[in-house]
Amino acid sequence: MSIRDRLSGNEAIATAMRQINPDVFAMFPITPSTEIPQYFAQYVADGKVDTEFICVESEHSSMSACIGAEAAGCRAITATSSAGLSFMNEVLYVAASARLPIVLAVACRALTGPININHDYSDSMAERDSGFIQIYAENNQEAYDNYLMAHRIGETPDVRLPVMICEDGFITSHALENIELEEDEAVKAFVGEYHPENYLLKHENPLAVGPYGTSPYYMEARVAQAEAMKNAKRAILDVAADFEKTFGRKYGLFEAYRMEDAELAIVLMGSSAGTAKAAVDELRESGVKAGLIKIRVFRPFPGEELAEALKDCKAVAVLDKSEGFSACGGPLFAETASACINLTQRPKMVDIVYGLGGRDFTVAQAKRVFARLEKIVSTGEVGPIYSHMGQRDLREDVQ
Amino acid sequence: MNKKASEINESLPWQELTPGCEIYEGGSSRLTMTGEWRSKIPTWDTSKCKQCLLCTPFCPDSSIPVSGGKRSDFDYDHCKGCGICYKVCPFGAIDWKEVH
Repeated sequence: MSIRDRLSGNEAIATAMRQINPDVFAMFPITPSTEIPQYFAQYVADGKVDTEFICVESEHSSMSACIGAEAAGCRAITATSSAGLSFMNEVLYVAASARLPIVLAVACRALTGPININHDYSDSMAERDSGFIQIYAENNQEAYDNYLMAHRIGETPDVRLPVMICEDGFITSHALENIELEEDEAVKAFVGEYHPENYLLKHENPLAVGPYGTSPYYMEARVAQAEAMKNAKRAILDVAADFEKTFGRKYGLFEAYRMEDAELAIVLMGSSAGTAKAAVDELRESGVKAGLIKIRVFRPFPGEELAEALKDCKAVAVLDKSEGFSACGGPLFAETASACINLTQRPKMVDIVYGLGGRDFTVAQAKRVFARLEKIVSTGEVGPIYSHMGQRDLREDVQ
Repeated sequence: MNKKASEINESLPWQELTPGCEIYEGGSSRLTMTGEWRSKIPTWDTSKCKQCLLCTPFCPDSSIPVSGGKRSDFDYDHCKGCGICYKVCPFGAIDWKEVH
């Protein structure tokens, strides 16, 4: 029986962590993820978990401690944001290449500069090549549900990869919303115990983790890791199917909203989906065939499935909430466009960078994006492929 | 069944390597001929050696075998030619030259 409650995204994730009762939590605080270890410290103090709660001196150390603990045979977790995630960069690659299924909660926040504590995906997008699985939430419920699925996905034997559970900083991490929690025992039964085949503390089986890989081995190790990431797509869907059977909420690699006959579509991630869905609904009422794709799983990227979902659209706008400084579009656009490249008939596609550093995204803006897609279809002219939205701008025509 | 370190070699396809290149036993460095990395080589002159054994603990690669309180010739499979033994030998019993 689900329990109705009202929680912030951070408390929802901390609640999931308490229910899972991991072996090690190596913490270092950074806004807006700080509340996660803060709530968890209370659970430790109240004896609600028997987790080894380690306060370390940096994010490089928190991820390093997780690597040591996970290699030893523990379930190890941590949480971070922004510069903290960047500071982990080096060791994120170690965790992934050593195939250690650590779970890292990220309250996504802009990277400096200018220095800013609000939401965009510049932190998590900068780690898209780290080898972590990345799953993004639209709201508190999804943050909680994604977290409940994370350990099982990462620990799947032919996957064995670390997982980032991403929520939007402040928008999701701090806003209170209604949520359905699951009972502690039901969560424990769903997530299960962690029994790795090999681990450092297994007395009868000495183990070396993370050895030097000379050029005769490195390429093969990377191919194996790439295959594991491909396997993760199946594992994510398998765990989601069991999650739906157990708790009744359904998840895929992305959410296709009113896409069945859509001619115009927006592709985006995270909390903006709620805003864009409102615009889709309004436009549908006036007869515009608008639809939305909300990417839930960014790593592995669901390229084939996304191309299949977009193939009948006439025009697509990808909304990127991080500026990749490629001078030709953000990371979500690059992935989406490349996913569609081999379609025989494919939609016209533009990229719009928006919402940086906590800049608001409105229903009116989403409707203007659809208006631009309508114009692309009616004129056959794509116009600027890469532009920004929501900034104060002397060029009136770019908004 | 875990693969033995001795079964891992440079001709294995990626499917047959261990996840994360894990090695499931100790002492596997014996199997890797790191002596191949050497660009300079130490040689031992038994006529000058007094068996003081100062070279042995200084060797970072345990490549000077000792038995019965006496050293024997270098383990060239694992000596990387760092030259520390040459520097510490008080009797000039170790030479250290370019490998050609």
